[in-house]
Amino acid sequence: MPSRVNTSAGDTLGTTAEQAARANREFTVRARSQRQIVARRFRQHKAAMASLVVFVLVVLFAFLGPLLWTTSPSFMSNDIFTAPSGSHPFGTDSNGIDLLSAVMKGTQSSLIIAVVVSVVATTVGAVYGAVSGFYGGWIDTVMMRIADLFLTFPIIAIAIMLDNRFQQEASSLWLLIGVLTALFWPGAARVIRAQVLSLKEKEFVEAARALGARDRRIIFRHLLPNTLGSIIVISTLTVAGTILTETALSFLGFGVQFPNTSLGLLVTTNQTAIEGGHPWLFYIPGVFIILIALTINFIGDGLRDAFDPQQTRVRA
Amino acid sequence: MLVYSVRRLLQSIPILVASTFVIFLMVASSVDPMTPYLTKKPPLSAAQLESLRIRFGLTKPLLQRYWDWLTGLVLHGTFGTSTQANFHIGQQLGYAMEVTLRLVVGTILIALILAVIVGVTTAVRQYSKLDYATTAVGFLFLSLPTFWFAVLLKEWAIQINESTGTHFFDTLWESSPNPPAGFLPQLGDAFQHMILPVVTLSLLSYAAWSRFQRASMLEVLGSDYMRLARAKGLSPLRVLFRHGLRNALIPLTTQVALDTAALLSGAVITETIYSWRGMGLFFISAIQLADPDSVMAWLLVTAVFVIVMNLIADLLYAVLDPRIRLA
Repeated sequence: MPSRVNTSAGDTLGTTAEQAARANREFTVRARSQRQIVARRFRQHKAAMASLVVFVLVVLFAFLGPLLWTTSPSFMSNDIFTAPSGSHPFGTDSNGIDLLSAVMKGTQSSLIIAVVVSVVATTVGAVYGAVSGFYGGWIDTVMMRIADLFLTFPIIAIAIMLDNRFQQEASSLWLLIGVLTALFWPGAARVIRAQVLSLKEKEFVEAARALGARDRRIIFRHLLPNTLGSIIVISTLTVAGTILTETALSFLGFGVQFPNTSLGLLVTTNQTAIEGGHPWLFYIPGVFIILIALTINFIGDGLRDAFDPQQTRVRA
Repeated sequence: MLVYSVRRLLQSIPILVASTFVIFLMVASSVDPMTPYLTKKPPLSAAQLESLRIRFGLTKPLLQRYWDWLTGLVLHGTFGTSTQANFHIGQQLGYAMEVTLRLVVGTILIALILAVIVGVTTAVRQYSKLDYATTAVGFLFLSLPTFWFAVLLKEWAIQINESTGTHFFDTLWESSPNPPAGFLPQLGDAFQHMILPVVTLSLLSYAAWSRFQRASMLEVLGSDYMRLARAKGLSPLRVLFRHGLRNALIPLTTQVALDTAALLSGAVITETIYSWRGMGLFFISAIQLADPDSVMAWLLVTAVFVIVMNLIADLLYAVLDPRIRLA
């Protein structure tokens, strides 16, 4: 570590000028901001770094890919069920739709859904949890019981029911985002509440209050920024959770509908492709789902390690 | 302890009542028992439709309907009347629950054993090759979509069956249509049908739990009482199991109980893939046949199940960890 003070015996030798210079250097330890420390620790997590690279590649594939591969994902050609080849790198499906462009489009919508859900669910959850934990008492009890209510039902069941209700309406994308957000915000609320419960007893909160800060300022300027690490980790992991849940919901007929597409919809439409002798239709979109979920999980793990100052690498 | 349990149980009741009201509103607004009759050909007369509305109780105000449903449940123990012919909601739901419990209990057992073995070994050998390899495998299972993995295993099982010319894996239903006579053969038949769904769901569930177990085991391994136990000269295995594992298991029990709602969701999907006639099918057909009372009964039963599991989690935590004082 560069910041460590060197006290080996050899260093005491040398001219006074050298000693002065060294002394000078020894005391100008480079200050690192919290962000730099986190970035450094994250870079040391090899799996997380590798995942970050792969994830960025997937994002580029989804958003820049369609500029290079201009076949429309809803164009039905006469090439039906062609195996992956030069003209169709990922093959085609029963309607002659090029799977490469469909996967690009699907990855795009799955990622957008996941990011929107993750941002909304984590923001709502964090603020809710912070308010609940900060005020405590009966407010806390009532607020957390309401959050528990959301966790009482298997979300799959709610989705099937809503799907039945709104089948004919085109707003299914927003409904999907709503259902997924409802599923993920209570988890974030719980974690942030637990942190705020201990943070609010710290001296800096007392100091802020002594300076005349109002509740709102304490929550938003003092408590929430201190939970930022957890918020980032939760929102990352929510992206992975959303992608997987979206697949499950698609399987049950809920969510994105043709001509729009998502990775979940693609595997759902092609669930019998292995028996039918066109395994690529089932494997390729599935591999993309796994790729996104896996890299995100590793990135989340790396971030957790990077943000957690207590996690020392103990050898047992 | 007893006082606390009773108080927690009483605290759960308002949540349960509130949740029944919420689900009643949701079901009333999204499952209309009239749907199949409105599209009949030739169309039913207005008088016929009106008499159906009266039969389904749709003419009464919403709150009155909720009250009727609630009193029917509490006073008479009935889930209401199904719109499906010859369909006793309680009996059918009971059968579906039994089927689903086979899957859920089997999964929890297998996944727990796997999670504890993997979690403890990786904690003891932290940062070894074994740790990295199992962590990578665990992350892979964490990242698999339930439905995709279930279909994949099913297809592989079919291919194995075909290539070996045997019928080792049963990929359809929770038991054979004509089960063999006798208790033991029937049990064997049910077990054979359980293999694939249970393997699917437990592989998907163990990963998160093993990470959890690893973290809590690491924390315990670094604690002072472990050092004391070693310093006393106890055998390493005794230290590991009696002092270490017993304490490190506490957080996992809570986590498993809290994960039941998610596990039920996974079970619904797994059942659908393997055509089990369990809770998943019960719910989906109740929705498709526009049978609101069956939907309500299903949601009520799962909500009770999840609330009870959460309660058990809280109580177990206190039983296992004497430091937690329940007041």
